[in-house]
Amino acid sequence: MTPKRRNRVILIVLVLAGVGVAVGFALKAFNENLMFFYQPSQVIAGEAPAGRLIRVGGLVTNGSVERQPDGLTVQFAITDNVDTITVQYTGILPDLFREGQGIIARGRLGDDRLFIAEEVLAKHDENYMPPEVADALKASQEAGAGTGNAQ
Amino acid sequence: MFNNFFHKMASPKYFYRISGQLLPWLAVAFVLAAVAGLYYGLVVAPPDYQQGDSYRIMFVHVPAAWMSLFIYIVMAGAGAIGLVWRIKLAEVVSISSATVGASFTFLALVTGSIWGKPMWGTWWVWDARLTSELILLFLYLGIIALHNAIDDKRTAARATAILAIVGVINIPIIHYSVEWWNTLHQGPTVTKFDAPSIHISMLIPLLLMALAFKLYYALVVLMRARCEVLERERHTGWVKQLAESQ
Repeated sequence: MTPKRRNRVILIVLVLAGVGVAVGFALKAFNENLMFFYQPSQVIAGEAPAGRLIRVGGLVTNGSVERQPDGLTVQFAITDNVDTITVQYTGILPDLFREGQGIIARGRLGDDRLFIAEEVLAKHDENYMPPEVADALKASQEAGAGTGNAQ
Repeated sequence: MFNNFFHKMASPKYFYRISGQLLPWLAVAFVLAAVAGLYYGLVVAPPDYQQGDSYRIMFVHVPAAWMSLFIYIVMAGAGAIGLVWRIKLAEVVSISSATVGASFTFLALVTGSIWGKPMWGTWWVWDARLTSELILLFLYLGIIALHNAIDDKRTAARATAILAIVGVINIPIIHYSVEWWNTLHQGPTVTKFDAPSIHISMLIPLLLMALAFKLYYALVVLMRARCEVLERERHTGWVKQLAESQ
C-alpha cells in the first residue's frame, strides 16, 4: 500500500473513531431521555417526575384486569417482578393487550398511587410460534412446574 | 489469479460485459425466491399464537429492515474503497446503492407503522429503534441530495463517501437500540447469539424473503451501476463502439 493510501485509511479510521466517541458521549448524556418508559420499581423509588406526563411499562399481572360498569374503563396492575403499579384507563385497548403481556401506559401518577393512563400501548415480545406449539409449551411448563423441574 | 480478477472487475468495460451476463440469472433467482417466500409466508406458514395472521407483514418488514442496514454498510464500504484506492467502480456501486437503500428503509418504516397500529395501538412512537431508523432514511436522502448537488462525478463521489462513512455510526445504534434502551419495539428474534425465538415454519419463509430481497438488491444495483458506468464513460472508445453496434 502506498503511503498516500495508507494515510487515507488512517484518516477514515480516525474520523470513525472520533465520531463514534462523540456520539457515544452524547447518547450517554441523553441516556435517561432515550428510555421510552419507566419501570414500576423506578416509579415507586421516585425516579420518575411526579405529576408530569410519563410512560410506565411492565407486564400485566395475572388476574388483575377489572372492567368498570361503564364498559370502557379498565383497571389493571403492571409489574416488573419487583414492584406493582395500578393503572386505570378509559378507552379501547390494543389487540395484544392481555394478562401476562407487556404494555406501556402513558399518563400521570395520582396522589393515591393510582396511575391514570391516557394511552395504553401493547409491547410485543420477540417470540413467534404457531398456536399448537404455544399450547404444548405451556402444558410442558405447567407439568415441569408441578414436578419442581421448571426450566 | 484472485488479484487479477479484481483488477479486471474494476475496469468499467469488463464490469459492463460481466454484469450484462449476470442480470438474467439474478432476475430468475429473485423471482423464484420471492414466489417461494411469499407462498410459504402467506399460505403455508401457520398463524401466530398471539397475533393471528397480522404477523405475516413481518415477511416484508423484517427483510426490508435488514436490507436497509446491509445496503448502508455496502454503500459506506464501497465509498471508503473509492476514497482510498480511487476505484471508479466502487464509487459507482456506492452511489447506485443509495436509492435502493432508501427505498428499503422507507418500506420497513411504512410496514412497521401499518403493523403497529393494530398491534401496539399506535402508528408511530419516538422510541430509540424507530427514531434511529428514521435517521437512517434521512442519511440516505442526504447522501442522494449531496450527490446530485455536485456536478463533477468524482468530487460528488468523494463527498458522499465521507457522509456515508460518518453515518455508519448509526448502524450499531439501530441494531442495539432495543437492548441498550427501553423501547416499544421488541428485541431481536433471529439476529442474536441464542437460538432464534421463532418457530421453524415461520423462519423458513422469513429467510427465503431475506434471500429474495438480497437478490433484488444485487439486480437493481447492477442495473443502476451499468447506467452510471455508461454515462461516466460516454466519451471512451468502448462505449462509442457499443452505441454504434446497437
